[in-house]
Amino acid sequence: MVEVKDIIKEENLVYTKSKILTDKVFHYCPGCSHGVVHKLIAEVIEEMDIQDKTIAISPVGCSVLAYNYLAVDWQEAAHGRAPALATAVSRLMPDKYVFAYQGDGDLASIGTAEIIHACNRGENIVIIFINNGIYGMTGGQMAPTTLEGMPTSTSPYGRDVKLAGHPLKITDLIAQLPGTEYVTRQAVHTPAAVRKCKKAILKAFQNVGKKNGTQFIEVVSTCNSGWKLSPVKANEWMVENMFPVYPLGDLKG
Amino acid sequence: MAKVRGAIKVDVEKCKGCGLCVVACPTSVIALSRDVNSKGYNYAYMEVPEACTGCANCGLVCPDSVIDVYRVKAGVEA
Ligand SMILES: Cc1ncc(C[n+]2csc(CCOP(=O)(O)OP(=O)(O)O)c2C)c(N)n1
Ligand code: SF4
Ligand code: SF4
Ligand code: SF4
Ligand SMILES: [Mg+2]
Repeated sequence: MVEVKDIIKEENLVYTKSKILTDKVFHYCPGCSHGVVHKLIAEVIEEMDIQDKTIAISPVGCSVLAYNYLAVDWQEAAHGRAPALATAVSRLMPDKYVFAYQGDGDLASIGTAEIIHACNRGENIVIIFINNGIYGMTGGQMAPTTLEGMPTSTSPYGRDVKLAGHPLKITDLIAQLPGTEYVTRQAVHTPAAVRKCKKAILKAFQNVGKKNGTQFIEVVSTCNSGWKLSPVKANEWMVENMFPVYPLGDLKG
Repeated sequence: MAKVRGAIKVDVEKCKGCGLCVVACPTSVIALSRDVNSKGYNYAYMEVPEACTGCANCGLVCPDSVIDVYRVKAGVEA
């Protein structure tokens, strides 16, 4: 019988934390999807060997401190303005791999104009869009992406579409714009989904390396704190309720 | 019988006890400890180590990247 101590040896290591991630402990709640997506971006940067060529833009939202976690150059944008800042950086430094990381409140509410126009101009950037259907950072308020009937702190009886409109499928709109090359909707709730999502992020970064235009990746995510569920239950709730409204798969490219 | 054996090493102090690795493991290796780390989280550990195949599913879903996965070909049992 092989003993555990004989297996846990450097030469047998098959999976470990990416070297692009810093030693800082994520401030995210236990089980938050942000952490998984950070890791996948780090792995892609490491595998493409583009650490010194990557410039990232962090948003306002729970991921406001993302610049603490990935060891690349960062700029911090005003709320919703990450695509505008990414535009500037990529135009000034066209050989860099520029990506903006945004939540759904940031991208689909206060920053709607910036994302639509950056994508319509076909800026050579990657957008990573974390759609957890809620304003996580500020205490779980309703977002444009909140599902019909979904309770939040500002819609305690559930979103009333007569009052607040319908869940905004902004990724579907963005896929219509000629400036976008690759538009996809992914998730990170299972090992298979994590592998697929990583492939999508890799493809997006490779496309930006070829200066092909805007690459847009929505990651349907959980905010277990805001949703008031355990991390495991939040994933189940997402599969049952978010995926029918935000179905996974490539929309374009 | 030739078979693949694996093992995981959890960074106990950085684990947040979210339980996502527990449900991701196809062979039910992992459980959350009754003990807590210094932050008060019930950290993940191998409850059934002999069932681990080193598939890395737990590592993939861990939001805090605190699982190292090891794998060996166990060869023919003597
Ligand atoms: C100009 C401005 N308006 C409002 C806020 C308050 N605020 C901070 S984060 C946030 C929304 C965050 O939600 P989201 O982008 O979905 O990110 P999450 O925390 O869910 O990842 C808001 C409205 C702000 N910081 N600045
Ligand atoms: S509030 Fe929600 S989005 Fe923010 S860290 Fe916690 S789980 Fe993640
Ligand atoms: S997924 Fe990671 S953080 Fe969550 S319980 Fe498992 S080891 Fe701990
Ligand atoms: S490596 Fe695979 S089998 Fe081993 S604990 Fe992790 S998920 Fe389970
Ligand atoms: Mg959000």
